[in-house]
Amino acid sequence: MHIVVCIKQVPDSAQIRIHPVTNTIMRQGVPAIINPFDLFSLEEALRIKDKVGARVTVLTMGPPMAETSLRKALSLGADDAVLLTDRKFAGSDTLATSYALTSAILKLSEEDPVDLVFCGKQTVDGDTAQVGPGIATRLGFQQLTYITKIEDLNLDAKEIVVQRRAEGGVQVLKTKLPCMITMLEGTNTIRFGKMDDMFRAARYPLKTWSKDTTGAEETKVGLKGSPTVVSKVFVPKPLAQKATMIEAEGGSPEALASAAVEAIFGAQPKLADDLLARAAAGL
Amino acid sequence: MSEPSKPQGRKFQLPEHLKVYKDVWVIVEQERGIVHSVSLELLGEARKLADKLGVEVGAVVLGAEGPDLNRICADSFSYGADIVYKVTDPVLSDYRTDPYCRVMTDVVNAYKPEIVLLGATTLGRDLAGAIATTLATGLTADCTELDIYMDNRSLAATRPTFGGTLLCTIQTLAYRPQMATVRPRVMSMPERDDSRVGRIVEVFPQLREDDVVTKVLNFIADREQNEAQLAFADIIVAAGKGLGKPENLKLAFDLAKVLGAEVGVTRPLVQAGWTTFDRQVGQTGKTVRPKLYIAAGISGAIQHRVGMEKSDLILAINTDPNAPIFDFAHQGLVGDALTILPALTDAFSRRLSVNRLAG
Ligand SMILES: Cc1cc2nc3c(=O)[nH]c(=O)nc-3n(C[C@H](O)[C@H](O)[C@H](O)COP(=O)(O)OP(=O)(O)OC[C@H]3O[C@@H](n4cnc5c(N)ncnc54)[C@H](O)[C@@H]3O)c2cc1C
Ligand SMILES: Nc1ncnc2c1ncn2[C@@H]1O[C@H](COP(=O)(O)O)[C@@H](O)[C@H]1O
Repeated sequence: MHIVVCIKQVPDSAQIRIHPVTNTIMRQGVPAIINPFDLFSLEEALRIKDKVGARVTVLTMGPPMAETSLRKALSLGADDAVLLTDRKFAGSDTLATSYALTSAILKLSEEDPVDLVFCGKQTVDGDTAQVGPGIATRLGFQQLTYITKIEDLNLDAKEIVVQRRAEGGVQVLKTKLPCMITMLEGTNTIRFGKMDDMFRAARYPLKTWSKDTTGAEETKVGLKGSPTVVSKVFVPKPLAQKATMIEAEGGSPEALASAAVEAIFGAQPKLADDLLARAAAGL
Repeated sequence: MSEPSKPQGRKFQLPEHLKVYKDVWVIVEQERGIVHSVSLELLGEARKLADKLGVEVGAVVLGAEGPDLNRICADSFSYGADIVYKVTDPVLSDYRTDPYCRVMTDVVNAYKPEIVLLGATTLGRDLAGAIATTLATGLTADCTELDIYMDNRSLAATRPTFGGTLLCTIQTLAYRPQMATVRPRVMSMPERDDSRVGRIVEVFPQLREDDVVTKVLNFIADREQNEAQLAFADIIVAAGKGLGKPENLKLAFDLAKVLGAEVGVTRPLVQAGWTTFDRQVGQTGKTVRPKLYIAAGISGAIQHRVGMEKSDLILAINTDPNAPIFDFAHQGLVGDALTILPALTDAFSRRLSVNRLAG
């Protein structure tokens, strides 16, 4: 059983600030973290490893500094790590990114066939949720997104049963390996690493691959391989005006609350009518 | 997405062979006969884009033949479609990526729309990512605004990035179709017009269940469970960390009960285990668009704001007069939510019961 987990190194978006004058992102000093959504998928892969035995390879495409995220994943229990890095990948959109990652997964498969690919539900910087489905489609793997639970994994029959979050409910799906899974957030909690894994991670000789290592075609990566272009980046318009403040004589909670009810009913007469009609009907 | 390196966006002229791509399509999302409201919102949006381009609106309705599907086709016309592509096959009765992706790829290749829109739902995002790959075209996810640059008839799709701190406009210039997913309840719902009619193009893809690897064993509908139905609530009472401790969440539930409202929360409350994830509003939770949103003890962080700022009326209650939420709420009340919430519950029940007696 060979599992590949795709992780992306992202800036901690909670700490991103916009330069007040130039309106550009100030990245300096913003710590880089593993995309939080990827940790749910990594944990699920490690649980499969604990339960039925598997080799877990973490894969990332990014600048050389993304190595720290791979080492972090190794310290949590991943067995092997691949850093896909090449200037030629710069500017890749999701179509080009899924192509590049797929080329690396195919290369990994040559040595040890890949049965499961895990991706995060989405990234916090790109936020597209497209790379996982892109990889699944390219590999011809069954695609299982928004998974809340792996109910059963039968290695002999190569079958997996999962629960998938759909819009109006939960789908219970049964399918065959190989497949690509994205876990829904909150479905598990990432473990703490073990001491010996931490030591191993620190000096583990991880693989660094370029475009030529995986044999990816030049026209399908980077800017050339990306159909989308960003034509404008801007700061959202501040909304027109500030809130109208509700005040009341004496300022007691009761007086303020009455004033608020009047203000709401005044601003939303239709809503008030609905509420009053419902109340009159005894609902 | 790539860096802004081809700034000649507006000057780009479409190559001849891509000019045959015409019309604006919406993939109408239905699960078990129920249409997702975002698809209707998108038909309204597609109407605006198609009118600008001088082309037609196509709705693609996929599923098993039956009265539900016919009703959905009729509804598609009422909400703005000129043509409905009705794709029927028993294999399509439940959503599964593989058959849906295969069929949609074929239908797009056969009829060549210039724009394809889907809801940014679990189905829409799952399907869009797959077909953008088979069609090898550009896809912009989670858009909040769509427009046409008339210089070269290209779609300008605007979406939040970095958690809403920035917006970016993305274009797919040299590829067709141009694809986008759009968040539910961001575009307004068009007026229904039952006098509208149009043409139906029937497609029979002739799928075989044996060719589909993934099987649906069961579907547990949310109505049978106890999930909060935040997304469709008319009124939401939302609570943040300002409520102090989990027991105080009851104050929000009490007010919600009187108003027939749902309770929403900020992310820290979910992380601290006060309540479940289905109640989280914001970037990583639900987008809501109620008629009234009462925010108690919420600071108004950008990640929360993007999920609720389209509400018709926002009332914010916060002890800090400088809380960012007062910058975009419509009405503000500086005060302690722990005393204001119960007082509001009282005031609303009094107003509503007075009317009951009078009525
Ligand atoms: C990648 C990412 C995704 C995120 N996604 C989401 C998301 O989807 N949804 C979300 O909500 N957040 C999200 N967040 C978190 C977000 O950044 C904020 O941390 C969060 O919204 C703040 O929640 P809060 O307003 O409840 O708490 P705080 O920011 O701590 O605000 C509490 C407020 O209560 C006020 N207060 C204190 N006591 C009282 C009182 N007695 N009465 C009235 N007011 C009082 C305070 O003045 C303060 O303004 C995300 C963050 C990241 C990094
Ligand atoms: N550069 C990358 N390297 C490795 N995995 C990635 C990369 N970009 C995206 N992914 C994977 O694809 C998922 C979805 O990303 P996105 O489509 O950007 O929202 C992420 O959670 C990762 O698992």
